Amino acid sequence: MSNVITEKRPVADSAPRPPVTLRQARLPRWSPPVFALVALAAGAGIGLVAGLDSKIQWGLIAALLFIIGTYAVAAKVEGARQAKDRLATSLVWIAFLLAVLPLASLIWETVVRGSKVLDGYFLTHSMGTLPDAMVGGGINHAITGTLQQVGLATLIAAPIGLLTAIYLVEYGRGRLAKAVTFFVDVMTGVPSIVAGLFVLSVWILILGFGPSGFAGSMALAILMMPVVVRSTEEMLKLVPNELREASLALGVPKWRTILKVVLPTSIGGITTGVMLAIARITGETAPVLLLVWGAKTINNNPFEGAQQSLPLYVYQQWQQGSEASYDRAWAAALVLIAFVMILNLVARGIARWKAPKTGR
Amino acid sequence: MAKRIDVSGLSAFYGSHKAIDDISMTVEPRSVTAFIGPSGCGKSTFLRTLNRMHEVTPGGRVEGKVLLDDENLYGSGVDPVAVRRTVGMVFQRPNPFPTMSIFDNVAAGLRLNGTVKKKSELNDVVEKSLKGANLWNEVKDRLNKPGSGLSGGQQQRLCIARAIAVEPQVLLMDEPCSALDPISTLAIEDLIGELKERFTIVIVTHNMQQAARVSDRTAFFNLSAVGQPGKLVEIDETERIFSNPSVQDTEDYISGRFG
Ligand SMILES: Nc1ncnc2c1ncn2[C@@H]1O[C@H](COP(=O)(O)OP(=O)(O)OP(=O)(O)O)[C@@H](O)[C@H]1O
Ligand SMILES: [Mg+2]
Repeated sequence: MSNVITEKRPVADSAPRPPVTLRQARLPRWSPPVFALVALAAGAGIGLVAGLDSKIQWGLIAALLFIIGTYAVAAKVEGARQAKDRLATSLVWIAFLLAVLPLASLIWETVVRGSKVLDGYFLTHSMGTLPDAMVGGGINHAITGTLQQVGLATLIAAPIGLLTAIYLVEYGRGRLAKAVTFFVDVMTGVPSIVAGLFVLSVWILILGFGPSGFAGSMALAILMMPVVVRSTEEMLKLVPNELREASLALGVPKWRTILKVVLPTSIGGITTGVMLAIARITGETAPVLLLVWGAKTINNNPFEGAQQSLPLYVYQQWQQGSEASYDRAWAAALVLIAFVMILNLVARGIARWKAPKTGR
Repeated sequence: MAKRIDVSGLSAFYGSHKAIDDISMTVEPRSVTAFIGPSGCGKSTFLRTLNRMHEVTPGGRVEGKVLLDDENLYGSGVDPVAVRRTVGMVFQRPNPFPTMSIFDNVAAGLRLNGTVKKKSELNDVVEKSLKGANLWNEVKDRLNKPGSGLSGGQQQRLCIARAIAVEPQVLLMDEPCSALDPISTLAIEDLIGELKERFTIVIVTHNMQQAARVSDRTAFFNLSAVGQPGKLVEIDETERIFSNPSVQDTEDYISGRFG
């Protein structure tokens, strides 16, 4: 141990005391990555020699070596406290890798397999009359369908959800507010297939309408609404009461206070919430399967006739089971992921742009 | 312009807790009335009942009458919005709107109320109000920067500017100087002196010297015990309150022989 602050007091003052210093030996900054590389190499080596064929085993051995090695070296060079610090840091890093690994490999897999047939033609053409086993075709009809269905669902759910949240936070008192909160909670737990069945029984079986994008939108809106209400509610609650009072005390009516002070203050968070809700319903398959049915050609009218949607397209192509349809399913999945990712980025952008500004 | 306030038999509640009990007083127009009293005795609560801000707190409830030139604020059919346009308020803690610039904060009352003014007119009002609050020199080069980027004392003066920009007839100030340095405090006191030519001003303060300096009349509030509602002990000419009050409690409080 090179820590110079001595634990025991010198017996006599005659012995010259070592100069008091707060510095101590440190491992160089490049040591963690180098340790990691060495551990990885060692893990691979042990794996090869012992004939382990699972890469996961290799990784676990490497991780174990990394933790033990770092701890031992740090304990030797830097002292016990620093060694514990490094141990904790290594554990955090490994936990992080474990969390990211499945996500990264999922994206990697989708990109590799999906980019095979993903091109301009694929995006701009529908399946038409192409036999399922043949190469070719596209997802234009599915993109159109998803955009229209999700757009309509948002048009229905976002205003209702926003107004409900405003009611609950700004006006709601007593029984009615409690009841609304309760039903919103219940709605959050409705499985998507149940929402689909509900619309199916009312809209198609009782009222006698045919399948359409709009029917799907209604089911999606049912799924989206509680998410919007919940997230907006939380955001509105974060707006400090002092701001409402400041505005009211200027003689501003309550509705204007909400519109001009409360909403602008929380708009970033509200938009993010709505975007995340949109992202959530974009991937829904069950209600679309029940209510929109899936078409092979472009149908630009969401109110009449079957439409396609991206998740349903993926499902159907996968079911076909031919090589060509597998490729199409992966490509459509990639487009779906990209779509949701772009939505999230837009939401983050808006949140940052609209967030209350501080500083000069 | 300035209005007289006549309060009679006013009590205010937070849920079932009675915060102030049976207060009656008269606030003269074109004068400054100071409220003094120990912490928690209900000065802020009483102040907020004067422009119907008390009912904004969940559970807030008021009994009694507040006459503003013979019109009861709590009478049926009275619009609280109209009341608050007539009776402005500055809060104990500064609360500029975080999404708005300094300029917009001062213009907020006019803009939000839809009292649409021409840009040039608005500029004049904003400049006048900021000068009145002794803030103009510090912010004139960054009127478009967010108001939350100011120091605490500057924010408080911004809130004062915001309140006087709408030209209320009564201005309620809840410890407006508790976050200010002596120079800004003096500026605010001068401002109060100017404003009382036109407005009726009520100010809550813990600073006896300030009450003595700025006010014409002083009201002393107290509570008999913790958990009991606060009461008005007496209200009189400031000079009398500070030299020869009629109640012993007042003298004890002012001379520091309290509790
Ligand atoms: N929002 C509230 N909910 C419940 N009780 C409250 C609330 N605000 C104040 N009170 C209570 O009402 C009483 C009076 O409070 P108030 O804020 O009017 O005191 P104050 O005289 O302004 O004190 P200070 O000088 O410290 O500002 C206190 O007992 C306080 O606990
Ligand atoms: Mg107070």
